[in-house]
Amino acid sequence: MAASIFTAVPRAPPVAVFKLTADFREDGDARKVNLGVGAYRTDEGQPWVLPVVKKVEQMIANNNSLNHEYLPILGLPEFRANASRIALGDDSPAIKENRIGSVQSLGGTGALRIGAEFLRRWYNGNNNTATPVYISAPSWENHNSVFVDAGFKDIRTYHYWDAAKRGLDLQGLLDDMEKAPEFSIFILHACAHNPTGTDPTPDQWKQIAAVMKRRFLFPFFDSAYQGFASGSLDKDAWAVRYFVSEGFELFCAQSFSKNFGLYNERVGNLTVVGKDADNVQRVLSQMEKIVRTTWSNPPSQGARIVATTLSSPQLFAEWYDNVKTMADRVLLMRSELRSRLESLGTPGTWNHITEQIGMFSFTGLNPKQVEYMIKEKHIYLMASGRINMCGLTTKNLDYVAKSIHEAVTKIQ
Amino acid sequence: SSWWSHVEMGPPDPILGVTEAFKRDTNSKKMNLGVGAYRDDNGKPYVLNCVRKAEAVIASKKMDKEYLPIGGLADFTRASAELALGENSEAFKSGRYVTVQGISGTGSLRIGANFLQRFFKSSRDVYLPKPSWGNHTPIFRDAGLQLQAYRYYDPKTCSLDFSGAMDDISKIPEKSIILLHACAHNPTGVDPRQEQWKEMAAMVKKRNLLVYFDMAYQGFASGDINRDAWAVRYFIEQGINVILSQSYAKNMGLYGERAGAFTVICSDAEEAKRVESQLKILIRPMYSNPPLNGARIASIILNTPDLRKEWLVEVKSMADRIISMRTQLVSNLKKEGSSHNWQHITDQIGMFCFTGLKPEQVERLIKEFSIYMTKDGRISVAGVTSGNVGYLAHAIHQVTK
Repeated sequence: MAASIFTAVPRAPPVAVFKLTADFREDGDARKVNLGVGAYRTDEGQPWVLPVVKKVEQMIANNNSLNHEYLPILGLPEFRANASRIALGDDSPAIKENRIGSVQSLGGTGALRIGAEFLRRWYNGNNNTATPVYISAPSWENHNSVFVDAGFKDIRTYHYWDAAKRGLDLQGLLDDMEKAPEFSIFILHACAHNPTGTDPTPDQWKQIAAVMKRRFLFPFFDSAYQGFASGSLDKDAWAVRYFVSEGFELFCAQSFSKNFGLYNERVGNLTVVGKDADNVQRVLSQMEKIVRTTWSNPPSQGARIVATTLSSPQLFAEWYDNVKTMADRVLLMRSELRSRLESLGTPGTWNHITEQIGMFSFTGLNPKQVEYMIKEKHIYLMASGRINMCGLTTKNLDYVAKSIHEAVTKIQ
Repeated sequence: SSWWSHVEMGPPDPILGVTEAFKRDTNSKKMNLGVGAYRDDNGKPYVLNCVRKAEAVIASKKMDKEYLPIGGLADFTRASAELALGENSEAFKSGRYVTVQGISGTGSLRIGANFLQRFFKSSRDVYLPKPSWGNHTPIFRDAGLQLQAYRYYDPKTCSLDFSGAMDDISKIPEKSIILLHACAHNPTGVDPRQEQWKEMAAMVKKRNLLVYFDMAYQGFASGDINRDAWAVRYFIEQGINVILSQSYAKNMGLYGERAGAFTVICSDAEEAKRVESQLKILIRPMYSNPPLNGARIASIILNTPDLRKEWLVEVKSMADRIISMRTQLVSNLKKEGSSHNWQHITDQIGMFCFTGLKPEQVERLIKEFSIYMTKDGRISVAGVTSGNVGYLAHAIHQVTK
């Protein structure tokens, strides 16, 4: 028999964050803590299906008039409109002027991919494989893969995290924007930067927007934590809305995985803001073609849940409350962890733990210290020192704080 | 000025255009024969009973919503492989395959296309039957491959141009990729007979071609899941390591839930693991991990003996209704006094039928009778009911006599 065509296919390395969880699962130590993958956990360390989601799912299950027919290629209309409204605000000038479009997508990842595929084909001419794409250093590791697989050949980083001062390297960021070729694409985290948890202040966003406008740089927002970061939808969308008010055309990839807890239903939305309705219409028509060859039309279950919730004032209020529950628990864990580290006298400063926002915190632990945490203390976190605050509970706070203290004092 | 001033308006989707026009039509007798979704004898969408039962099971279990693995729900992918390959399949039992969950048929085809672009270095050419599903071409093209064709449909006889197909396939350069519709060819409804499949298998083996099966209608074509998967299983038994895309949109009525699977038959389990790792690398930057709902419904059905039995009965009843509509259409045409040979309508199989009607005749059906179909004369038999088959026959006779 002829040799297999796949004989030469090499074994690919596993995706780091999932390998971490796999290792965690196999660990038999009773003290183990998973501070890896980005999903919300209750104070009992359990996944949490939002009460409003349970309610709406029951409504959907009881509704015999619903079927499983195909959604339109761009998705469920009620979902698309509501999702974009959440990002841009009820009184958004762009919505009023009918110059926005939406593409229901498979999670935030899917929205990013559709946007990337479109940009590669249509942004600034008809072939953008050479257009530079700038991703923050560090960023969610899948950003790079999304743009590479979409066909971009020139992917660069922009300064973001200042390890020395454990904060935003604003000057480095602005310098990179000044030096970037005009028309470059910049991936911006709308809020709750992943993995650092460090966001620009409104004032800093204004500076960023000014440079981008002057240099014709394209803003592609990744908004995976709206509501989840501060507990306020409006606050977490401030940057996106500011850019819109400054007249930018932009993309915003939205995920409802975290703020609705709908991780496995793959609910996302790509919001497009353009100069006018005609431009947006043509953009959507081309995005439709891209969707058709990627997944044809999106899954209906998750979109129905979100659309039903967002279009009912009562359910919306319940959802808002559920989101605040999650955001508040995260904020509590941040302040509790910080105060313990400060009480222990752990070397270094720990105010960044409460100054950072969202699910993640860049602790500042180096790879050796991280290895110590995993191997000796059975506390699983990313090699970058990133921890998921949701993995902390009132029961494991002491153990985690003490372990960080040990790691920092024993290992350099 | 806008970034998008130069963006052209994308061409309207020809099939969606049919539905749009249908919606606007006020004629009470109107018929939509463009739709590629099953309808019951009242012309309504049909949610299978086994699906409702599976949904009730899911609701009662109160499961969490945690991310699926990149490759999807394991119970689903394993059951999918077993459904396609057969429980007695050596390839299945030995584990020399990998199956990942895909976004229905389209998503599964696209994963495979991307995988071929990255790892199949022998050729960039995918050979499609002429004609094929309209979306095949852009899927492979967007994945970075090139499209070629082999003869398939004979418009003179409205059936398979077998000698033409064999002639073309015999000339395909070695190690090219050939796409085959496992059953219920879309759009023609023309499938090879088993003896013809045997000859095709021998030929592709001789030409050392990579075979990509698209199976979107298992169970839905003949009513028998084993019969509809016969070609896939035969090729594998002949030592042809195929790759395969499956959809549960039609056979389980799960259209909008996007349940599908992509399979690679490998030399051994170790190779399957390597291939699997690379498929995950492809999937992660597309959508990270697949949606759960449809896959869980399908998995519960396939893995629960009572529900599986019920499903087999229901899928057969859908296939039987389609077959009976074909029969009634032909007999009604005879009753109308048509002298044409309409045998191809009952010879063809699956959701679609290539009527043989010409564009001018299709135009008349739309304008004079409010009967909507695509310009190529393709009708979705699923849109025909016992209530309107007479009207359809009458109209076809009027434009063809």
